[in-house]
Amino acid sequence: MRTLKMKSIQLFLAVIAIAVFPALTPGQQVDAHIGKLSGNTDAGKHLYFRYCWGCHGFRGNGEGENAPYLNPTPRNFVAAVFKCRSTPTGTLPIDEDLYNSVGRGFNTTNMPSWIELTDQNRADLIAFIKSFSPRWKTEKPGTPITVPPEPKLTLESIRHGHELFEKLECWKCHGQEGYGDGPSAATLTDSNDQPIKPYDFAVGWRFKCGVTNHDLYKIFMTGLDGTPMPSFADVIKPEEAWDLVHFLRTLQVTHKSPELTLWESTKEGAEQVAAKKIYGTPTGSGVKQ
Amino acid sequence: MFERVSQTVEKRLSRAASALLSGLLIIAIVLGNSRPADALPLPSVKVRALPAFARKYGMPCSACHLAWPMLSAFGQAFKDNGYQLGNDRDAPIYQQPAYWPVTFRITPIWHRESQNRTLVDGPAGPNTAEGKVTTDGFDWSGLDFHTGGTLAKNFSFYVLPSSDNTGAFHFESVWARLDNLFGSSWFNIKMGKFELDNLLSEKRILTLTSVAGTYTNYHFQPLVSPGNPANPGAVAESYTFGIGDNQVGVEVMGHSKDDRTRYSASLLSSNDGQPGLPTNRGYGGYFTASQAFQVGSLGLQRVGGFAYLGQAPTYFQFTQGGVGVPGTGIGNKSFYRLGLIGQWYIKKVDVTTMYFHGWDNAFLGSNTPATAPLPVGAQAPTWNGGLFETHYTVSPQLILINRYELVRMSRQVFATNPGNFGNDDVLTVGFRYYPFISSRAGFAFHNEYAIIRQRGASPVNGLDLTTSSLLFGFDFAF
Repeated sequence: MRTLKMKSIQLFLAVIAIAVFPALTPGQQVDAHIGKLSGNTDAGKHLYFRYCWGCHGFRGNGEGENAPYLNPTPRNFVAAVFKCRSTPTGTLPIDEDLYNSVGRGFNTTNMPSWIELTDQNRADLIAFIKSFSPRWKTEKPGTPITVPPEPKLTLESIRHGHELFEKLECWKCHGQEGYGDGPSAATLTDSNDQPIKPYDFAVGWRFKCGVTNHDLYKIFMTGLDGTPMPSFADVIKPEEAWDLVHFLRTLQVTHKSPELTLWESTKEGAEQVAAKKIYGTPTGSGVKQ
Repeated sequence: MFERVSQTVEKRLSRAASALLSGLLIIAIVLGNSRPADALPLPSVKVRALPAFARKYGMPCSACHLAWPMLSAFGQAFKDNGYQLGNDRDAPIYQQPAYWPVTFRITPIWHRESQNRTLVDGPAGPNTAEGKVTTDGFDWSGLDFHTGGTLAKNFSFYVLPSSDNTGAFHFESVWARLDNLFGSSWFNIKMGKFELDNLLSEKRILTLTSVAGTYTNYHFQPLVSPGNPANPGAVAESYTFGIGDNQVGVEVMGHSKDDRTRYSASLLSSNDGQPGLPTNRGYGGYFTASQAFQVGSLGLQRVGGFAYLGQAPTYFQFTQGGVGVPGTGIGNKSFYRLGLIGQWYIKKVDVTTMYFHGWDNAFLGSNTPATAPLPVGAQAPTWNGGLFETHYTVSPQLILINRYELVRMSRQVFATNPGNFGNDDVLTVGFRYYPFISSRAGFAFHNEYAIIRQRGASPVNGLDLTTSSLLFGFDFAF
């Protein structure tokens, strides 16, 4: 009789556990706030298991069924290390950073822009993504860096940016011409120990973390956590970072920017740009040479 | 004891599930028997969902499909972008050389078809009587071979050889598209045979039966005159057109970056998508526009309108052995179709509402050559239609479907016809269950019942014609 009672209690507890378990996995009610939007974890869960799990996995650890076929590998939300932030290196991003990443997508990766979802949908997704990692419960996001106004574009700024490019040894990864073929390029790995290629400035004009000079500035000053790209916030001054931005735009010879136009107006710049451009049959990749 | 309890619970659950399924089956069969249907058409399976895209991008079906083949807002944007995600990795040059964007789709089914007043032979001779005809059995749908994607960045294509269930193939779609011309998403040009830019896509319809595998409003054409014992069979218009049919022509289409605002304008040959220029040299135009907007946490709502302005020949200039010489159809007369559509999302429930209006020139409506005088009393037929379709997406794996369509004649081609002659009512219920969601293949357990009543359309007595279809199937694509 006693055994029967014990087994009944066990059965009861098992039923309770089964009923409660889904509510416990993953952690609940880690909300997200983006402007006036408030993300809801439960709503985000439904969206995640419609759109995201194929790559990021059921547990958010970046080990979805398609992950083995993707390069770069999908983000591991459990580790909560994010490339695109407005916060200092090593800190958690603010919700708006994640929200913007979902809306923007990551160029040259399998992560598309989800701008077609509603603003609320994306906020809900952020709330759920945050529930995968305990970091969001124990740490607060970093304080966003201040981006000073962009100074006037000058040739001096571009030239100084070039000097910094040499001095900071950016060329070791990105190559002297910005093709992403520096001497260290072949040895680079990300935080998942997966090989990672440095950005090739000669192809395209979008960066993973945005398209504007403002975005490029933030990349220098916050670094791309989880990749070999460090933060230079402690190494260079804000005005120097802007010089670097201006110089790097001149390496993007397939994108007509004010920086490139100004640089091409000099004899030296025109020769350099002409030497980089390749004229021939279009390849179908969409990259204009 | 625990095991015994478990076994008992399991048995009870099993019995309950069996009883539920049996009950559903019985209800469906009873409903089917009580609401009998046209010459027992076969289920219509001409729908699209491409695991080839899922394989290319590594996304689950549920990313692009609310429930495949029905598109989600993300899937619609992907399609509008020329099957591109826009991450500078869309071109085939970035795929493994062995990647071949092909998907096939077919559906083994059991179905039951019934029609209450089918034209049959009677005591007075051939085709003089009406009889209820019902049949059921195991069967299969036609086969679709989809291939589509990008040829290069901003060059997309789609080719769809499609067969009926005897294996007779035709081309359902053949087109190439120049995407994002001048670097703008507002300017894309497509040429070939393609589905018109319908927000409510018939090629991504969630229902498969012979009754509800197409939208009645998209294909409705007025009946000319009721059948009678002397001339059995209600007379239909001789020209054929359906907004749901893929058409041949060129389309200019554009959309905002987030796909909230969309427009399209098409110039189409007036042959209802048939190959080889079979009728005439006429052209039609199709125009659509829609706008989506967010409503709080409810979701994305969309409203739009569409208009088809067409013409069709009324006779052939030349005949050969009494048969019109292809391409020599002349005496064109006009027709148009107009509509308004709303797609409303309330979290897991989505409702599509559509108003439809049609008008045919009196010559087309009365099957009269333009060289002949109109029959006495002939007038341009007009009609109005409506659609109300509801889905409850329980999860990406289960969707419940309900649809009601109606068509009401507002002016008969002959005033002597009964006022409700040709009016249609179509009711459809069903659900699709997807046992798995992956980026490699798709599978759905499809269950559906649909019934249509056509007023005064029975072939001999001019009574209501009722057709029903019940279908269970394993719908899969790989």
